[in-house]
Order: sequence, then structure tokens, then C-alpha cells
Amino acid sequence: MTTLTLHATRRWLPALSPRQGLGAVLLALLLAFAWLVPWLFDADPARQQMTRILQLPSLAEPLGTDHLGRSLLARLAAAVQLSFGMALLSVASAAIPGVILGVMAGWRGGWLDRVLGSLADACLALPGLLLVLLLVAIAPGNFWALYVGISLVLWIEYFRVVRARTRILVASPQLEASRLLGFGPLALFRRHLWPELAPQVLTLAAFGAASAILAMAALGFVSVGLRPPTAELGLMMIELLPYYHEAPWAMAQPILVLFVLVLSLNLLAGRDPR
Amino acid sequence: MSVALASRATPRWTAGLGGLLLQRLFQAGLVAWMVGTLTFVLTRSLPGDMAYRIAAGRYGHDMVNTSAAEAVRTELALDQPALGAYFGWLWDLVQFDLGRSLVSGEPVMAELWHQLGHSLGLAAMAVLLSLLLGPPLGLIAGLKPNGWLDRVSEVAASVLRALPPFAVGLLLILIFSVSLGWLPAAGHGRGAHGVLPALTLALALAAISSRVARNAMADVSQSAYYAFSRTKGLNERLSFLRHGLRNAAVPVVAYLGVQFVYLIEGVMVVETLFAWPGIGHALVHAIVARDVPMIQGTALVMGLMFVALNTVVDLLCHWLDPRRRI
Repeated sequence: MTTLTLHATRRWLPALSPRQGLGAVLLALLLAFAWLVPWLFDADPARQQMTRILQLPSLAEPLGTDHLGRSLLARLAAAVQLSFGMALLSVASAAIPGVILGVMAGWRGGWLDRVLGSLADACLALPGLLLVLLLVAIAPGNFWALYVGISLVLWIEYFRVVRARTRILVASPQLEASRLLGFGPLALFRRHLWPELAPQVLTLAAFGAASAILAMAALGFVSVGLRPPTAELGLMMIELLPYYHEAPWAMAQPILVLFVLVLSLNLLAGRDPR
Repeated sequence: MSVALASRATPRWTAGLGGLLLQRLFQAGLVAWMVGTLTFVLTRSLPGDMAYRIAAGRYGHDMVNTSAAEAVRTELALDQPALGAYFGWLWDLVQFDLGRSLVSGEPVMAELWHQLGHSLGLAAMAVLLSLLLGPPLGLIAGLKPNGWLDRVSEVAASVLRALPPFAVGLLLILIFSVSLGWLPAAGHGRGAHGVLPALTLALALAAISSRVARNAMADVSQSAYYAFSRTKGLNERLSFLRHGLRNAAVPVVAYLGVQFVYLIEGVMVVETLFAWPGIGHALVHAIVARDVPMIQGTALVMGLMFVALNTVVDLLCHWLDPRRRI
């Protein structure tokens, strides 16, 4: 019995492959950058200094300044905080209902399964970004509209994967045995379902965070997402684009940060479960 | 019908197609309803007096007066109670009456026809280009899993997947138009204008389809039937053509359906970046200008395009894979 328990607890923290390790290190470095910069430097992402626009990196401004003389260091740190915070929030609010509804649908079956299944299909009828865009159109520049839209798109994947897996697990002999011993649904979930579901849910979470970050940047880039002067990666790219000739390094920075952020999450996710 | 078909060895490829098409038809209806409802909520939730705001968007802020606002109010039925107006709104949609653009004053339908051609052209070019780039590379890599080509293409695909289409497009513009001056950066007219936007979308699509093709081919090349085709004396080329290609094609085509999500999302962003006069560009502009009929029209067409493309994928899978016809 003890070995079994050990086995089950080990699944909570799966051993990372080298790929995932690299992803975790990259992500940790970026997050450390984002949260340490405001702490170590006197950095305000909104402070404009018109006498010092598009400056090269220097000791005072380690990453240079943008077209309004704002510190790129401060803006990048704020943008990473915003992107990652948003991703975390929308992944959490997509994963929790997604997993709960998926387990319910897979376990109970019947009409509940059909109703939830068609609800998920309805959310999938439109391409994700289009749905987010329409919601953002209702409340332009609003962080919460963006958040609701992205979560609404993301929950479906958890629901579908968890439902399919639960259907198989519920029919398994070990769960049947525990049920006959009189364990309640919650105990069955913790003992039999969650250890099997957790790795897949975590993989989906990492992919979901990456797509949330990309969606927000894409909307910022076509100027229908968050509004200036918010420091947001897509918005920074499109703002710095006209100054490409004078300051190519300034424009390269948000692209590079977005790339590393998404790459680290993709690496951390490991293999695509689909 | 199923009785008649059961006597044959393999059912005709049209068997079981009706249910599939019915499902997609239902999805198309769902798209129309969702777009209609969301845009209706949009008109009702514009802050301030909607009639004045829309009139200001249409005629310019200095030209707004009460009569212009009243004209807008009757046109969009803003003076009626919400529920009745909602059904009126949906009824117009069912009749394909999409109204007139608030910015240009042209019927939305006419504008959509014009833009749809451009978007479909771009999408077709992108898909074609991605099919030339991705699956062949994946198939070759999959024949020798973990060979050098497999490793290189995996790294390339990971890098491309972490770059959103607009960043790829931006980099392509900077390389090919700004630095090298080979291709125009943006706009529309000559054939050369289409190269960069199509390539941007194609690279994103190929990054995924090459990996799907690689995995499918690796599965096939390690299967018993493939080993048997080699032991019975077929050379590498023949066993690939007769036993490899069609089996590996099924997942690649099936995955195209998932990829069309990327395509539609990409079209929206890439058209805006390259100023390509298509549906995605129009949608983004309509949102910025708060041109509600155009938002509804463009979102509807993009949603329906998504359903149509998925239907094509369904048909292709059905034709390729006899196991689905039961």
C-alpha cells in the first residue's frame, strides 16, 4: 500500500524531461526579470522624457528608450507581468470549470453529457480569436473583456480531454472496487481520477497560457486589444515599427521577449496531447 | 441504403456523408446565431446615446445633428424594445439582409463579395505554399526518425511555433523589403504583393503540418505492414508510394481542419499587417470604426469560411480513409 501511495504522489510532480527543464529555466528567468526590475530600478513604464527618445542602451537605461523616451526596461518588465498575469488568470478560470465539467460529463453521461458537449461545440463553432475579437469589440480596450473571451475559448480543451479520459477511467476495475468499498465521489476523484488527469491538464495549461499570451499580443498588434499607454508586447511592437530605421534594437526587444515567453511555455508543455 | 451497401466489399465513398454534412450545416447556423447575437449586444452596449455615436462615426463629429441621429435610430431600430429588436435583427440575418456599412454607405454584401475574393486568394496561396513546404519535409524526416533532417526540422518548427504570425510577417518585411528590397512591404495590386503575406501564413501552417506528417510517417514506417512491403521485395520508392503515402496522408489532412483555426486567425492579423484588402482587414477596421453592420458581415463570413473549409477537410478524409465510411 505504501508503494502505491508513493507512486501516486510522484505523479503530482512529474520528472521534467530536458526539453521541459529548459522551458522551466527560461520561464523562471523571464519572470525573475519581470518582477525584479521594478524592485531594483527606479522604473516607471509610463514616464516620458522627450529629450531622450530612442536612445541606445546605456548605464542609466540598460535597454534604451522608446519613441516617447520611456524606459524600455520598465516597459518590458510591465508587459511580461501583464501577459503572464493574464495568461495565469485565464488558464486558471478555464481549467477549473473545464476539469469539473469534464469529470461530471464523463462520469454521469446521459443528458448532462449531451448538454455540456453541445455547449462546448457551440463555443468551438467560431475560431477562437474571432470570438475574442467580437467580445473585445463590445468593450474596447477592456482587460476583462479580453480575459472573458480567452477563458471562454480555452475551457473547451480541458473539458474535452478530461471528459474522454474520465469515461475510460470510470469504467476501470480499480475505481469500481473503491466504489464498492464505499468511498464517496470526492475520494474517488482524488484517488483514481486526478493522478491520471493531472499530467494532461498541466500540459494543456502550458499550451493554453502560450495561446492566451499570443492572442493578447495579436489583438494589441492590430490595435483592437488593450489601448496605449499600456505596456503590452503586441502594442509595443506596432508602436515601435515606424522607428525601425532609427532604432532596430528597440523593435527587436518586444519580439524577442514574446518569442522567449511563448517558447518557454511550449517547451514546458512537452508533447502535444492531441 | 445500408443494406444495399453491406453486400459490397468497400462502401462507396459517399456512404455516411449525409450525417456529416448535416452536422456542418448545423454548425453554420450556430455561427450565424452567435455572430448575430454578439453584434446585437454590441449595438445595444455602446456607451452614450448610440444613435449619436454611430452618426458621429458615419458623418464625422462636426456634422452630427439631431436629424442625422434620428435617421440612424430608425435605421437600426434603436428606439424599439430590446427583445423585439433582437428578433428583427436575427430575421434580417436569416434573409441575408446585412444592411449598409456605416462608414462607406455601401451595402455590406457588396463589400464582402469584393473582400472575400482577396481573402480566399490569400488563404489558397498560403495553404498551397504550406503544403509544398510542410508535409514533404515531414515525410522525408519521418522515414528516418531522429536523423539530422528530423532534428533540424524539429528545431525550426519549435521556433516558428513560438513566433506569432505577425512577428514572422514583421521579420519577413524587415528582411525582404527593407533590407534586401526584393519584395513590396505592403499593399495590393501586382502578384509580388501577395508573396510575403502568403509566405507568412504558410510558414506558420507548415511548422505544424511538417511535424504531423513526420509523426504519421514515423508510425507508418515502423508498422508491420510497411516492413512487410519491404520484405516482400518492393523497393523503397514503391513501398512508400503504395503503402506509405495514403496512410500518412490521413492524419495530415485531418489536422488541416485544426490548422484552419490558425489560418482564419492568421488572415485577420496578417491582412492588417500587410494592408491586404480582405475580410480580416475589413473586420479589424470595422471594429476600430465601430461599424456594426460591417463587423457582423465580416465576422459572419469568416465564421462561415471556417465551417466551409472544415467541410472540405471532412470530405477529403472521408474519401481518403475507407474506415470512416461505415
